[in-house]
Amino acid sequence: MEPCEYPHIEDQLAPVLGRHGGDPTRLLQILRDVQDCFHFIPPEAIDCIASHLNLSRAEVEGVAGFYSFLSLIPQGEYRLLFSDNITDNMLGKPELMQYFCNKLWVEPGKVSEDNLVSVDSTSCTGMCDQGPAALVNGWPLTNLDNNRLDLIAELIRIRKPVAEWPEMLFEVRDNIRRPGMLLGDLFVPGAGLRAMLARGAEATLREVDAANLRGRGGAGFKTASKWSFCHAAIAEEEGSMICDVGGNPERFIVCNADEGEPGTFKDRVLLSSHADMVFEGMTVGARVIGARKGFLYLRGEYRYLLKPLEAVLARRRADGLLGENILDETGFAFDIEIHLGAGAYICGEESALIESLEGKRGRPRNRPPFPVTKGYLGRPTVVDNVETFACAARIAEKGGAWFAAMGTAQSTGTKILSISGDCARPGIYEYPFGVTVEEVLRDCGAEDAHAVQVSGPSGTLVSWQEFGRRIAFEDLPTAGAFMVFHRKREMFAAAHNFTHFFAHESCGFCTPCRVGTQLQKRIMDKIAGGHGTPADLEELKHVGHILGTMSHCGLGHTAANPVLVTLKKFPGTFERKLKALSFEPAFDLDGALQTARNITGRDDEWAHLI
Amino acid sequence: MSKTISIDGVNIPFADGQTIMDAALVAKVYIPHLCHNPEFKPHGSCKLCTVNVNGRPVSSCTLPASEGMEVENMTEALNNERRAIVQMLFVEGNHLCPTCEKSGNCQLQAVAYCLGMMSPRYNHFYPPREVDASHPDVFLDRNRCILCELCLRASRDVDGKNVFALSGRGIGSRLVVNSASGRLGDSTFAVTDRAAQVCPTGAILIKRQGFSVPIGRRIYDHKPICQVESEGKEGEHE
Repeated sequence: MEPCEYPHIEDQLAPVLGRHGGDPTRLLQILRDVQDCFHFIPPEAIDCIASHLNLSRAEVEGVAGFYSFLSLIPQGEYRLLFSDNITDNMLGKPELMQYFCNKLWVEPGKVSEDNLVSVDSTSCTGMCDQGPAALVNGWPLTNLDNNRLDLIAELIRIRKPVAEWPEMLFEVRDNIRRPGMLLGDLFVPGAGLRAMLARGAEATLREVDAANLRGRGGAGFKTASKWSFCHAAIAEEEGSMICDVGGNPERFIVCNADEGEPGTFKDRVLLSSHADMVFEGMTVGARVIGARKGFLYLRGEYRYLLKPLEAVLARRRADGLLGENILDETGFAFDIEIHLGAGAYICGEESALIESLEGKRGRPRNRPPFPVTKGYLGRPTVVDNVETFACAARIAEKGGAWFAAMGTAQSTGTKILSISGDCARPGIYEYPFGVTVEEVLRDCGAEDAHAVQVSGPSGTLVSWQEFGRRIAFEDLPTAGAFMVFHRKREMFAAAHNFTHFFAHESCGFCTPCRVGTQLQKRIMDKIAGGHGTPADLEELKHVGHILGTMSHCGLGHTAANPVLVTLKKFPGTFERKLKALSFEPAFDLDGALQTARNITGRDDEWAHLI
Repeated sequence: MSKTISIDGVNIPFADGQTIMDAALVAKVYIPHLCHNPEFKPHGSCKLCTVNVNGRPVSSCTLPASEGMEVENMTEALNNERRAIVQMLFVEGNHLCPTCEKSGNCQLQAVAYCLGMMSPRYNHFYPPREVDASHPDVFLDRNRCILCELCLRASRDVDGKNVFALSGRGIGSRLVVNSASGRLGDSTFAVTDRAAQVCPTGAILIKRQGFSVPIGRRIYDHKPICQVESEGKEGEHE
């Protein structure tokens, strides 16, 4: 065995372990802190954590190996991760990243020789309206350009702690361009709860039902039904009920703030400036289903929001809007805990999110049972999107009829869109459901738009011929992403980018997604490299079919959408890239020599076959 | 009257709580599978046992059977899709049947034959994977690991040892061993563990008995896996 590099690891970890206690559900939170301290998860730390939490060493290693922001090998003291969404790329991310690497003499994906800095790409960080964006040791950098990167390189060179970097580097704007019923009207904290207590919990559930509120995460399941199922699931378990300390049946309410869909950033804005509405919606839900405990699962990319959100929670506790006897109602107790993710898109899937909340690998569960009957720690659990809870707070305050008066019959209320890409005014736009793509494009100043990726890579690509279609569950359902592409853009590049995204984010549990997303990526790389043939297009369709029908969860089911839809709507963008030759070998002989060239450091004519 | 489901038009009985796969195994109706073993909790990861229920693809090893379910199993379309999955398993690892001790007793190989796989179809990934020969009695060859987690489940649920876990993500997923060095020889693993016996491929092999049953007399040398499963195992097993 290697000699122990961290002989005093137990002392070093003591404050972290002490802070989190011995509960294995805290594992991911502990690992995040360890990553912060050591810039990786040292093997000695794994042993220490395992014995502290009474888990096997391999389990801890399994969790540490799953999340992108945790690393089992040392990373630089400064870890810069450039957001790799297509919108960042369109704003110049590849060139900027190369510029930065050259400046600091570091290769992407590697650590500099002095262990000072490592640079790599990461999935969309949710700053598409103010990109190109990056994360430095987890903190968001926005509006990157050469000047800012020069400054950042200098700060790294003089080893200035990230906490002392100029604030302007970390400025994140809301960019609310078109407020509506959620973002526009003032929300007085407690207004929803007071109205609910006056009306009663059951009557409030009826209001949510009358509002016809449907989940804002994209799937559109009726919120009142989910809440009722969860409530009913508790009743069915009356015989052998698991109770909390107060003797009440245990159940949980979870807010899904793992906003990982590339191009989506509306939850970030809701949590930055309207957190009260979100927490109030959770508290309303808790009263309806009878939960005493709630979680906000905040994606790791938004760790900068943790402190302000904790402050909002503290204020709400002080104001009697959280904690015991909320608004002096005897027995109405509820509190919220925030868990941070660590770079895993799959944790936006509700059962994977619950696994992650339990401190495990974010792997989607087999269903049934559904979370409403067996969720967090096996207890009935409601998982809803950030925006859904915000809507619920408004409905509690103003009633179902008021809400249902907006939007369409099947899609009531408003939808917050996160608009980015080729438009003059990227940002946050709130519309009543039923708005056409064309109207949205006009408002955000998108001229000569060719296509829009609605609801991100897992959504669909809408071509200019379809701009009359409407944002609504019955036409174009969306979780909020709205990425605009100008007619000069090559749509192949977007599809190519999305295949890399899915291959990176597949959890690896099921064969079709683990391998299929890789196959898809490799074929797209081949076409991008100028080696594609018509047979490759057929193979893309074949792999897409296997992904769509055989995968375990929504990630795999939708992973082929960008390729399949782009092939259908913009076939030319693929065909122009294909070799004109009737035969193109599947194996790239010269490409296969690249490893040898890297090892020998040669790139001269004699190191190539052509 | 017991409750029944129909698989490819044949009615088979099931008891409450049984999955489609449970009912099929009792009735000796073969649904191709690799990660399922009735001794252990269903996993649902290989996706080979995908069947169509009311026109929708579902994993038969995890979906509870319900009265009157109409299940499509051995259809051409499903077997084409299953073959693609087996091909994916072949190209993501390094499976060299001619030199593998498990050949003839290997479920991955047998299922590939059963589904008429004639080529790997996709380009091989040739991933660098670790071989661990540190244990005195057992080889762990990750080149052949298909991530079915049967060893993990056996070690956790039967042996009570938790020797294995999965780390990494996506295509980087890998089997890890519970020891500070990460080596099997430094873990509590024993050749008598149930986990030493359940690998459907040759990823976990017991040393010094590779050819105790010669090639040609192994389980799937004489009968395809579909027949073996529907008649019960008769061949010689090591």
